Amino acid sequence: MSAQRRPRPRVGPLASTGVSARPLDVDALLDDPGTGIIVCCGSGGVGKTTTSAALALRAAERGRKVVVLTIDPAKRLAQSMGIEELDNTPRPVAKVRATKGGSLDAMMLDMKRTFDEVVESGASPEKAQQILENPFYIALSSSFSGTQEYMAMEKLGQLHRQAQEDGSYDLIVVDTPPSRSALDFLDAPERLSSFLDGRFIRLLLAPARGPARLMTAGLGVITSALSKVLGAQFLRDMQTFVAALDTLFGGFRARAEKTFALLQADGTAFLVIAAPEPDALREAAYFVERLGEDRMPLAGLVVNRASPVPESALSADEAVAAAARLRKRDPDSLTAGLLRLHADRTRLVERESLLRQRFAAAHPEVPTVVVPALATDVHDLKGLRRIGELLGRV
Amino acid sequence: MSDPTTRPAAGSDWPGVRLHIVTGKGGTGKSTVAASLALALASHGKDVLLCEVEGRQGISRMFDVDPLPYEERRVATGLTHPHGNRLSPGSVYALHIDAEAALLEYLAMYYRLGRAGRLLDRFGVTEFATTIAPGVRDVLLTGKIYEAARRDGKKRSGRRYDAIVLDAPPTGRISQFLNVNTELAGLAKMGPIKSQADNIMTLFHSSRTVVHLVTVLEEMPVQETADGIAQLREHRLPVGGVVVNLVRPQDLDAGELTAARRGALDTDEVAADLRSAGIDVDDALVPALLSEARDHAERRKLEDAQRKLVGELDVPTYELPRLPTGVDLGALYELAAELKSQGLA
Repeated sequence: MSAQRRPRPRVGPLASTGVSARPLDVDALLDDPGTGIIVCCGSGGVGKTTTSAALALRAAERGRKVVVLTIDPAKRLAQSMGIEELDNTPRPVAKVRATKGGSLDAMMLDMKRTFDEVVESGASPEKAQQILENPFYIALSSSFSGTQEYMAMEKLGQLHRQAQEDGSYDLIVVDTPPSRSALDFLDAPERLSSFLDGRFIRLLLAPARGPARLMTAGLGVITSALSKVLGAQFLRDMQTFVAALDTLFGGFRARAEKTFALLQADGTAFLVIAAPEPDALREAAYFVERLGEDRMPLAGLVVNRASPVPESALSADEAVAAAARLRKRDPDSLTAGLLRLHADRTRLVERESLLRQRFAAAHPEVPTVVVPALATDVHDLKGLRRIGELLGRV
Repeated sequence: MSDPTTRPAAGSDWPGVRLHIVTGKGGTGKSTVAASLALALASHGKDVLLCEVEGRQGISRMFDVDPLPYEERRVATGLTHPHGNRLSPGSVYALHIDAEAALLEYLAMYYRLGRAGRLLDRFGVTEFATTIAPGVRDVLLTGKIYEAARRDGKKRSGRRYDAIVLDAPPTGRISQFLNVNTELAGLAKMGPIKSQADNIMTLFHSSRTVVHLVTVLEEMPVQETADGIAQLREHRLPVGGVVVNLVRPQDLDAGELTAARRGALDTDEVAADLRSAGIDVDDALVPALLSEARDHAERRKLEDAQRKLVGELDVPTYELPRLPTGVDLGALYELAAELKSQGLA
């Protein structure tokens, strides 16, 4: 791909490179009292946690009473926010500039603790104890596949209820788990409840319930096959677990449905976070489409880590050609090095901007903000403020 | 490894390794590295199997083929040896491992379940088993790799591969994923699944396996790599190399970088050079290039600080350049050649 700057009119793919997305007005979103929940989602490694924290800090310093739920922040960032303790409760962040009456609390999700609390609040003490000690429960509640997403949802529901009861917060910012697929977050509650509704679970419970006599013949074959493969004790533990969970099913499902409805409500805004890379933008596109299908309110796209724009319009091809001429005379030419760097930067930025334009062409309705890559990682409030400024400039 | 044709070529840092597991933080390009490594390993008449376990069909996109079924498919020809080696390159085969299909295959292979086997699927047991017990899921995924790794080339055992590359879950989850034994411990204390897990662990702990970690020269990924290595060692899993990906271009030397940071590069000399190379120099061009160089030098300095940390991890390291035009199939071969020349393959 070369830098095409010739003035003749073009048709075909290159003709569309003028398309650019509407700018996303982040400050308007943060300032709108109608915005009660902001969910940051996107594939892993695109800077979701930093973006969530920066948005929360900016909103707080603009006067909102904010709580941010982070999933897995970098150690130094967590320390600077005072949330390196995993106690599953929001803690006030020190040194927030509260001149406009805002405040910022932050917490880091403790997946297992959240799950335990769900069990404890939904079952009698003896039953809860029985569930908490079951090896299946232990495996399910501390594994990363799916449970983390569900628990993030659960915690969001809790924070929302608390905020409504005592008015402690008027904005909740949620980071989502670092899954490879951005869709996992939305699918988790559905997966859990369809799993709990699954035929096999109902079969395991059937003997206790009576009228499924016809099914139990089949069940016998299955359970004996399973004991062969997994061992008899495995199956016993599993049956105990399923029976114990049965009492919680109703509660589980009702809560998952409630949280899902909360996400569809007007007060919620989804921000899709991406990096200017094909994979991250592909995930972002899936997510945008999925939000539309589920009638969930999409506020916009944040493209993080954009490469810095070259400061000269000298084309990459011209720079490379000139660098080659200089190197022929002097293999160590400094100027050749400068030209090659310029060409590299120009090509990178051209590619990124093409990727963004492609996204905009397919999703013209999605307002977008582009955040340039900072030279250093963000690990203090100052860094978060800087990101906030970059997000806020329209 | 008595068969001489399976001996690795001279120059590889990992002779005798059959299973290369590639992990890395999200966004560092671990799938790209896994694919390039597979091409590099297939370069001297060897067949390589590249596996993915996260259900993302990343391999089919990288190699530009149709989405992969649960079946080994040939996707590419290995890297051609640059110096006209007489051995022609081998092939890269790809396999998309999915836990439910693996469970059914496993059941069919080891048990004659007959009616029960079909019932299992109909009653949603496979979905149940792979959802409720994440440990079981990982045993199934790694179990398929174990099966492919132990093939001896006899007719009925299936295609024998000289090397297997696994595009594994990210660094944060890798120890848990590979340590199937512990994960299962509370669930299945005996029975075939448990002994299957024991067999898998024997392979993972052996000298035929290594785990490579992919990182970029930024603080968080480097920290996560260090944590990942510590965890792997704690679980006695064999740590391989660190592949530093997406490295910035190295067009300026150390002295030039320092001068660029200080704003001490010779403006007149650069302007004269540009003119002599036929570039139309206006007032803005030289300051723009110098300012870009300064920005670049700042970032290189931060990269160097991280590179030093990577060096202190005390494992072999390899570096791959950031390609400004992105990674397509051709680029995978370029990266493969790079890995080969540095000795990862």
